Amino acid sequence: MKYLPLLWAQLFRKKTRTTLTVLSVGVAFLLFGLLQAVETAFESGADSADAKRLLTTARYSIIEPLPMAYASRIERVPGVVGVAYADWFGAKYQNESNAFAVFAVDPERYLAMYPEFVIAPEQRAAFAATRTGAIAGKRLADRYGWTVGQKLPISSEIHARTDGSLDWEFDLVGIFDAEDPAVRANTEVVLINVAHFDEARQFNRGKTGWYIVRVADAQQARAVSAEIDRQFANSPDETKTAPEKEFALGFAKQIGDIGALVTRILFAVFFTILILTGNTMAQAIRERIPELAVLKTLGFSNTAVAALVLGEAALLLALGAALGMATAVAMLPALNAAASGRFPPLFVEPATWLWAAGVTAALAVAIGLPPALRVNRLRIVDALAGHR
Amino acid sequence: MSRMNQVAHITLINLRTIPSRLGTSLVVVVGIAGVVGVLVSVLAMAEGFRHTLATTGRPSRVIMLRAGSDAELTSGVARDQATVLANLPGVARAAAGRPLISAELVVMVDLPRRGETAPNNVPFRGVQPAAFAVRDEVHLVEGRPFEPGRREVIVGRKAARTFAGLDVGSRIAFRDSDWTVVGAFESGGDVHESEIWADAEVALSAFRRTGFQSVTASLADASDSGLAALRESVARDRRLSITVLREPEYYAKQASILTRLIGVLGYSVATFMAIGATFGALNCMYSAIASRQTEIATLRAIGFGGAPVVVSVMAEALALALVGGAAGAAVAYVYCDGASLSTLNFNTFSQVAFDFRVTRGLVAQGLAGALVIGAVGGLLPAIRAARVPVTTALRTG
Repeated sequence: MKYLPLLWAQLFRKKTRTTLTVLSVGVAFLLFGLLQAVETAFESGADSADAKRLLTTARYSIIEPLPMAYASRIERVPGVVGVAYADWFGAKYQNESNAFAVFAVDPERYLAMYPEFVIAPEQRAAFAATRTGAIAGKRLADRYGWTVGQKLPISSEIHARTDGSLDWEFDLVGIFDAEDPAVRANTEVVLINVAHFDEARQFNRGKTGWYIVRVADAQQARAVSAEIDRQFANSPDETKTAPEKEFALGFAKQIGDIGALVTRILFAVFFTILILTGNTMAQAIRERIPELAVLKTLGFSNTAVAALVLGEAALLLALGAALGMATAVAMLPALNAAASGRFPPLFVEPATWLWAAGVTAALAVAIGLPPALRVNRLRIVDALAGHR
Repeated sequence: MSRMNQVAHITLINLRTIPSRLGTSLVVVVGIAGVVGVLVSVLAMAEGFRHTLATTGRPSRVIMLRAGSDAELTSGVARDQATVLANLPGVARAAAGRPLISAELVVMVDLPRRGETAPNNVPFRGVQPAAFAVRDEVHLVEGRPFEPGRREVIVGRKAARTFAGLDVGSRIAFRDSDWTVVGAFESGGDVHESEIWADAEVALSAFRRTGFQSVTASLADASDSGLAALRESVARDRRLSITVLREPEYYAKQASILTRLIGVLGYSVATFMAIGATFGALNCMYSAIASRQTEIATLRAIGFGGAPVVVSVMAEALALALVGGAAGAAVAYVYCDGASLSTLNFNTFSQVAFDFRVTRGLVAQGLAGALVIGAVGGLLPAIRAARVPVTTALRTG
């Protein structure tokens, strides 16, 4: 640590050059932070998955409905401790298709299934007791300025009422939230009480979209999944059950290999930075060969001088990385606001910081080591005489 | 020596001595090549997606959906409604008097990508016989058409390339039905190439449906007044509650989210990279100038003006940028032109496949970007080189 002022002085010997280098490294890490946040967002479904939750959908296509009566049959499968179900409403709000997701659910069952959703007890009770009740995620409610107690007019693109109209109205009785940022994406949804909805719709009465099943022991998830599917094999509505995580991963896969794409872009970015910064660093050291020779003359060991050079590279990259990551974190709220729920919320997860530190270290070695080795081998007489 | 002459001479000296400064020059070239390569690749992705949508649908055709629905998947058109629609005067007719209209059923089927096991929502479209006359851009490239009444399918070229088990001659199982792939079709690279097509009647019974999702028809009169007349006759009929949209309008809406997402992602990555590379280029040009400080000062001492020095440094920066830009664009072309990508379209909840397209416009855009980076990166160092007092430069160099 006592060498830090020396490193700093070396680094800012040429202010313009160092500033420019720090900025270009900063931009690379800004991209790294943002792209990793995008990747995290796409995969957050899998991260927030509960190992004890299974999802049961229609076997051949996720959009086919399943009978609501399956709930009690699934409940009887050994190892199952809870069952909830949800149906896709196909919301159109203020003439915008799929402005947000709306699920028709049994309030008690559904909220018991997702303990990570935080809601005031009296609002939870009101949701269960109000047949036309609805609750909304906090972020959604904030975006549209909804308040508890108001009517919520939402149209459906799928479900007509018995009079043929596609316009529905619900009573907003509560607002829920989640603390974990990875779960928060799942709260961008309106939940409506299935009681009134099922009664008032024209078609598909008694059907639901999918089941969420809680098992007592995560180890048994596979066995219980197989048993549920066996129950309904050869019936008109066969099922496909899989752990929630697998389901979420499958969905992320459908979007395509975002991870590979992001990795390729970042590889190109860091390769470019490596070349640019490596050259600058080499140049900076070359100019200072006589100074470094003086250090050696003063009694600094070869290793110490080499370490100083390496330390300088590390400091340079650390400054750039910190600048870039900090800018990324600062930009995310604005980006999230601009996306206004069209995209899962972006955030920088702890693992990304670790990765950033790892990439910084790797680049520091790649950039600092060659000049450090050169300086290590340097003979004082040659250096002072100007033989480079 | 005239001004112009001076400029030409110094520039030539500069360009000729690049090989002796190969290291630094190469760094500028590689740095800019990296930026342009990424820029062109991400924009090629956006361009490929845009192209796929732009070629889907013709203004002379309409798609009819249940009123209130914005997508086929959430729409429903009953069989009797489809019959009513087929008899409307606004619908074009073939020579034999049969209407050019196809009522279609769309379901999602699960298929893994090649070499994978995770299921993907692939659109399966049941079409009526007139579908091929309505969409005359569809033509078989392999095999034969499906026979009406049989469980046979033809597959879009991109679907066949992306998903497993869709080679002509293979059998695929959906629900409790086995289907044979008898042909593969092309439709000008549009979204239908990501689909699987079968006879509507067979599909209805196999998927236990009683109604269709949408009806696609050719307009008898493709002008706006022709469309208005059709809309009016639809609105007048109390049995119908149907929205009529021109195809391009419908398909543009179907991709709104993905178009925006890819565009935003592509341009922001490219912009940030360009900013980073400009800093890098500035640095490299500064060092290039610094290493030639004595040389430049000598030139100025023997009577060369400041302007020729600036111009020559700029010319060098631009030349290096151009080489880097061309290299980057070439890498992007070799590496990703024509590569296919399939992703989930959030609007339709189904897979859409598209090809990366490295167009001339994109290459031009990439080269322009490279020149901007080169110009910005060269200007400040050039000015500095021209302004340092000759004596100082000679002494410290």
